Amino acid sequence: MIQLDNLTKVFDTPKGAVTAADNISMEVPAGEICILLGPSGCGKTTTLKMINRIIRPSSGKVFINGEDTTGLDTQDLRRNIGYVIQQIGLFPNMTIEDNISVVPRLLGWDKTRYRERAREHMDMIALDPDAFLKRYPSELSGGQQQRIGVARALAADPPVMLMDEPFGAIDPINRAVIQDEFLKMQQELKKTIMFVSHDIDEAIKMGDSVAVFREGKLVQYSTPDDLLAAPQNDFVESFLGEDRALKRLNLVRVREVVSDDIGTVSPGDTLETALARIDDYGYQNAILVVNDKRQPVGLISRALARTTKGFCRDHLQNVSATVSLDDDLRKVASLMFAQDITWLPCVDAKGRVCGQITQRAMTHHLGSRFRPGTTDASSSHVATEE
Amino acid sequence: MELIQYALDNLDLLGARMLEHIALVGVAVGIATLTGVPIGIAITKNEKLAKGVLYAASIIVTIPSIALFGIMIPVLSLIGQGIGYLPAVIAVLLYSQLPIIRNTYTAINNVDPALREAARGVGMSQNQRLRMVEIPLAVPVIMAGVRTAVVLNIGVMAIAAYIGAGGLGTFISRGISQSDPRQLIAGAIAVSLLAIIVDFALLALQKRLTPLGMERAAETA
Ligand SMILES: Nc1ncnc2c1ncn2[C@@H]1O[C@H](COP(=O)(O)OP(=O)(O)O)[C@@H](O)[C@H]1O
Ligand SMILES: [Mg+2]
Repeated sequence: MIQLDNLTKVFDTPKGAVTAADNISMEVPAGEICILLGPSGCGKTTTLKMINRIIRPSSGKVFINGEDTTGLDTQDLRRNIGYVIQQIGLFPNMTIEDNISVVPRLLGWDKTRYRERAREHMDMIALDPDAFLKRYPSELSGGQQQRIGVARALAADPPVMLMDEPFGAIDPINRAVIQDEFLKMQQELKKTIMFVSHDIDEAIKMGDSVAVFREGKLVQYSTPDDLLAAPQNDFVESFLGEDRALKRLNLVRVREVVSDDIGTVSPGDTLETALARIDDYGYQNAILVVNDKRQPVGLISRALARTTKGFCRDHLQNVSATVSLDDDLRKVASLMFAQDITWLPCVDAKGRVCGQITQRAMTHHLGSRFRPGTTDASSSHVATEE
Repeated sequence: MELIQYALDNLDLLGARMLEHIALVGVAVGIATLTGVPIGIAITKNEKLAKGVLYAASIIVTIPSIALFGIMIPVLSLIGQGIGYLPAVIAVLLYSQLPIIRNTYTAINNVDPALREAARGVGMSQNQRLRMVEIPLAVPVIMAGVRTAVVLNIGVMAIAAYIGAGGLGTFISRGISQSDPRQLIAGAIAVSLLAIIVDFALLALQKRLTPLGMERAAETA
């Protein structure tokens, strides 16, 4: 857990005092990633660097796992905090192995232990230890160097990590790959992480929570979904961009929007029954046909049911797509747009139909959160269900 | 022809003087390195002090060597060392300060701020940062300063023959006083050759001392 208590930094500059961080108080729960987000110069880096005292706070306190760090020795403090910077900063005079082992060496680990650890970390960041450990940073690509930078920060297994735009210098394709790798690693490692970014998409993707800064002040601290759903003021809203509703599609899962109220028929039913049920449910186009295991086997369209006699099983039309409960709404929206349809059947892990998701339900879900006053963003940390 | 004959006839003497020359410059620049590098590092902590020290070192270099010997004779005479070995070494020591201090200062100051921050961030103390990062990265530039000092002072040391310090300069001073061009030219050529050879040798040493990773960086750059 990282806790900031009225952390403030005032820089004395020739042009007068600059308050780079203004009474920042916040708490990052253990095992979570908190993104410090905001435009350039808003104080993200200053706030981050006060935690490991690269910048000395003017006032305020930093607690790590409940312990006030004020009294700790600066070097000890830093050796127990993983630190990754945008410029990577691998030591060019050291091999990859020496770079990764630098903190364990400073901590006085014995050689076999830190060498073993270096190999483990190479495996974790998906680089072959035999191929890379004896090489020098200049012989690696930017993406590989940044991975080593992460490995170096993790080497002594610190509970807390600080990352200042760690993937900022990497091209977009590699960045996405490294972000995914990092999230996968984090699922196992469960570090408490403060992560600076100026990229809203990165913040939404990587953050369990997002802290938005403006001119040295923390203006909103909430989950990515709450942030997009209920920006606290015009500044946050404009920073998030006009497509913030679409960005939310990534964050909401089908299970949050699905309706289990779906009318179906079985293959043995007559088309007459199908038509009656279509009318009962008020469906516009078609009804889903499921077998006795409730797996989708086809569709009967309204037009067909009205004009034809017989059994459903003889007139099945293809089910163009289904979605599962853990898919995000972005995928759902994409399927609907691509096929010009307004609803999709949802299936559970065993492929059984468990409900449907409609365009209306989606727009309602996204839209309902936008109405002013529906969410108290400051109190929210855990995603609230509607 | 005459010259070559002279050189061959006096090979022993030439060799002895050359060793003397190398020893004089070597000792003086050696001491200068031991003092100049720490001074160069120390002044990176204080910009004003750095300016003052570098200014003083530049002034010293502008003093002609003959004048410097002239100043030292009365002072060192007080301890009975007005001429000979000691003033020569002191002069070379002083002249060496500028290239060595300046290169050290520049090299340490030019270490990439991101590396310095990374070094602080992993929890290195100031001394560990110097030892593990800053000095290794500065070595090539510091060595270049030492090289400059050595080559510069091989010439200065030749003049120190006038105050009886020995070395290859004795051929030149005798050649002039005895109007013997053979001695004069042999001495001058020997000094030049020595400067060139030592320069190459130190360049090789500089490459060996350059951290491997930086050498590879330079190759791929
Ligand atoms: N060392 C410094 N001296 C003076 N002002 C600084 C210093 N570092 C940062 N600032 C100022 O503090 C403010 C916040 O900077 P920073 O924390 O780096 O912003 P961000 O990381 O959000 O881009 C800016 O106005 C910046 O100019
Ligand atoms: Mg920044």
